[in-house]
Amino acid sequence: MDVNDIIKPENKVYGKPVLMNDNNMHYCPGCSHGVVHKLVAELLDEMGVAEKAVGIAPVGCAVFAYNYLDIDWVEAAHGRAPALATAISRLYPENLVFTYQGDGDLAAIGTCETIHAANRGENITIIFINNAIYGMTGGQMAPTTLIGMKTATTPYGRRVDLNGYPLAITDLLARLDGTCYVTRQSVHTPAAVRKAKAAIKKAFQNSLDKKGTSIVEIVSTCNSGWKMSPAAANDWMAEHMFEKYPLGDLKNV
Amino acid sequence: MEEEIKLMKGNEALAMAMIRYGADGYFGYPITPQSEVLETLMAQKPWETTGMVVLQAESEVASINMVYGGAASGKVVCTSSSSPGISLMQEGISYMAASELPALIINVMRGGPGLGTIQPSQADYFQATKGGGHGDYHLITLAPSSVQEMCDFVGLGWDLAFKYLTPAIILADGVVGQMMEKVVLPPQRKRLTDEEVRQRCPWAANGRKGMRKKNVITSLELDPSLMEVNNERFQRTYKKIEENEVRFESIGTEDCDYLIVAFGSLARISQKAVEMARKRGLKIGILRPITLWPFPKAEVARLSERVKGILVPELNAGQMIEDVRLAAGSGVRVEHFGRLGGIVPSPDEILDAFEKLFLGK
Amino acid sequence: MKVEIVIAGFGGQGVLSMGKILAYSGLMEDKEVTWMPAYGPEQRGGTANVTVILSDEKISSPILNSYDIAIVLNQQSLDKFESKVKPGGVLIYDNYGIHHAPSRKDISVYNVNAMEATFDLKNDKAYNMVVLGALLKVCPVVSLESVLKGLKKSLPERHHHLIPLNEEAIKKGMSLIDK
Repeated sequence: MDVNDIIKPENKVYGKPVLMNDNNMHYCPGCSHGVVHKLVAELLDEMGVAEKAVGIAPVGCAVFAYNYLDIDWVEAAHGRAPALATAISRLYPENLVFTYQGDGDLAAIGTCETIHAANRGENITIIFINNAIYGMTGGQMAPTTLIGMKTATTPYGRRVDLNGYPLAITDLLARLDGTCYVTRQSVHTPAAVRKAKAAIKKAFQNSLDKKGTSIVEIVSTCNSGWKMSPAAANDWMAEHMFEKYPLGDLKNV
Repeated sequence: MEEEIKLMKGNEALAMAMIRYGADGYFGYPITPQSEVLETLMAQKPWETTGMVVLQAESEVASINMVYGGAASGKVVCTSSSSPGISLMQEGISYMAASELPALIINVMRGGPGLGTIQPSQADYFQATKGGGHGDYHLITLAPSSVQEMCDFVGLGWDLAFKYLTPAIILADGVVGQMMEKVVLPPQRKRLTDEEVRQRCPWAANGRKGMRKKNVITSLELDPSLMEVNNERFQRTYKKIEENEVRFESIGTEDCDYLIVAFGSLARISQKAVEMARKRGLKIGILRPITLWPFPKAEVARLSERVKGILVPELNAGQMIEDVRLAAGSGVRVEHFGRLGGIVPSPDEILDAFEKLFLGK
Repeated sequence: MKVEIVIAGFGGQGVLSMGKILAYSGLMEDKEVTWMPAYGPEQRGGTANVTVILSDEKISSPILNSYDIAIVLNQQSLDKFESKVKPGGVLIYDNYGIHHAPSRKDISVYNVNAMEATFDLKNDKAYNMVVLGALLKVCPVVSLESVLKGLKKSLPERHHHLIPLNEEAIKKGMSLIDK
């Protein structure tokens, strides 16, 4: 079997999603973003909705999401993605509009926009990458940073008296009447990736069916920010993050 | 719907004009003295007639970013607010300017700074004409002085915004917003279909229909050499606007000895002062900039060579006067008369100020 | 023709809506009109005033410091606007609750007992229409027909049955001037 046999279509067992281009990703090796990007790209293609998808990119590590997925994108101001998504979804009710946000964007500076878009039940999907740290700006504390966790702005560990408590914003969003599907997933094992993909698919379908706001939190690692190897970061996440941010559906209407 | 003559408040005229000029969306948050805009839209229920989207947002920050989203998708969208709310919107406005998006923002100014007062003011002149948010940008700034212009400038604002792909702002004040006058509403302009939007705005992010090339709306460019190229392109647009879109109204400027330069409601009040002055044999003309940016520099320069003095009455501590002085040069005396914090002067007060400053009375 | 009017009183007396009706009536006669309220946070109580200008020509300032006609419906408004009536102008006031009557001699002063007349009508919402009637009798700045036409145009259909009541109130107000 030479290379020409290997690349025959009938021998293909796995391929890069067609909506994902060849641009070099700026994400660190081991980062969860790449996996989630791939899931989004695969789903938009498999569901046949690439023509009506509009993504809203955040400010944070995923600010350049638009460079990797070949759909239409708008790059929002920090935290405002749900407001942009609200308008586009209302102006183009047939489109599939989703935001892709990190924990600082969604749960700190954009808390207001997030909660109100969800409370209005906008027919959008919010993909929420929670890695408990600000990656792009160099590893500062996020609203979701765990107690005791060291970051650039909590060099001796997060302290409740100084910094308050980690914010499980997804729990809060599940309480709102406007949300139809709120789930917490991860992508640290092949099984978890498969479950996360099913969750995002369900969320996209809800948006297409105009069922209200769907939120998929992906509890993630930031091995650079956490100063760990990718494998160690995965272990640390399973050991510590899942306790505060347990996986599973919080709401499924 | 045909052309229609109505009696209404400036704020109501703004709302009716949005519907008549075929708006796709309005996103706003209540604030005095312009809450009638959202109230009128909600009462009109345009979503049942033209299909226009109207949404009360959770804040001005959210409403301007909804406008950003709508504009990025190629739709005809706007928001309105008053001074404190417009301050909150500056981030979103800067993003839209940087993303070269057409949108309309309306500021029915009230007295500041801070929470200030709900009474009329023109103290946001600098904010509107010199940028407002961060970065090197301008907004096409239209200053209505009548209820009719509140209506007309909604259409004009969108036309200019789409022509140059940059946001436009209507800089009104509490007087023009709260006053009722006769207004001729334009015939109903048809909203564009999604297909027509795609033709008019092939750059818009609204889905890769037919798997066309993807569209990305972003203001981010980390490479400074490319960001400079972007900035140079913005500046070329501003230059074109300065060359083509200066608008002003002149009243009695051809035979005048003195000139008043005033905008918005103060131009109307000054006009009455000038009528009174003419009865006393004083020849004063009025130049009313309609576009505050681009500012009618050439006309100010032309008139400044002929007149003995220029009075700039404003509802602020002296903002437009800086542009008047720059345009007029040093050959002519340029004086300011301002009332602050929401106080609106009467015509007599303006005439008194003129006589005191220029005639030594 | 150009007439510059100020109407002032307590919030809730119908000052702003009386101004609106005047403006609408002017519109019915193809006049240029402006209606400029002194706006504030008050809904009821407090003071309210509105400047209405009716003119055959384009109107410059909607804000004035002197008026052809002042209609004042409480003491504060009388104190504020008496001096701002142009010489030879008209001041109409309601004596109800007034303890310092106007003193100027260079203007025409009319005391209208509109409040009492409104009690007679047993319709306290008609107060401003009684005052409007008095104004129309003193200075027919617009015709009664235009007022009725304006009401019909400005009121929603479901309130059209109130127009005869308004007409009655206006006529009552007109009759007060004969006395």
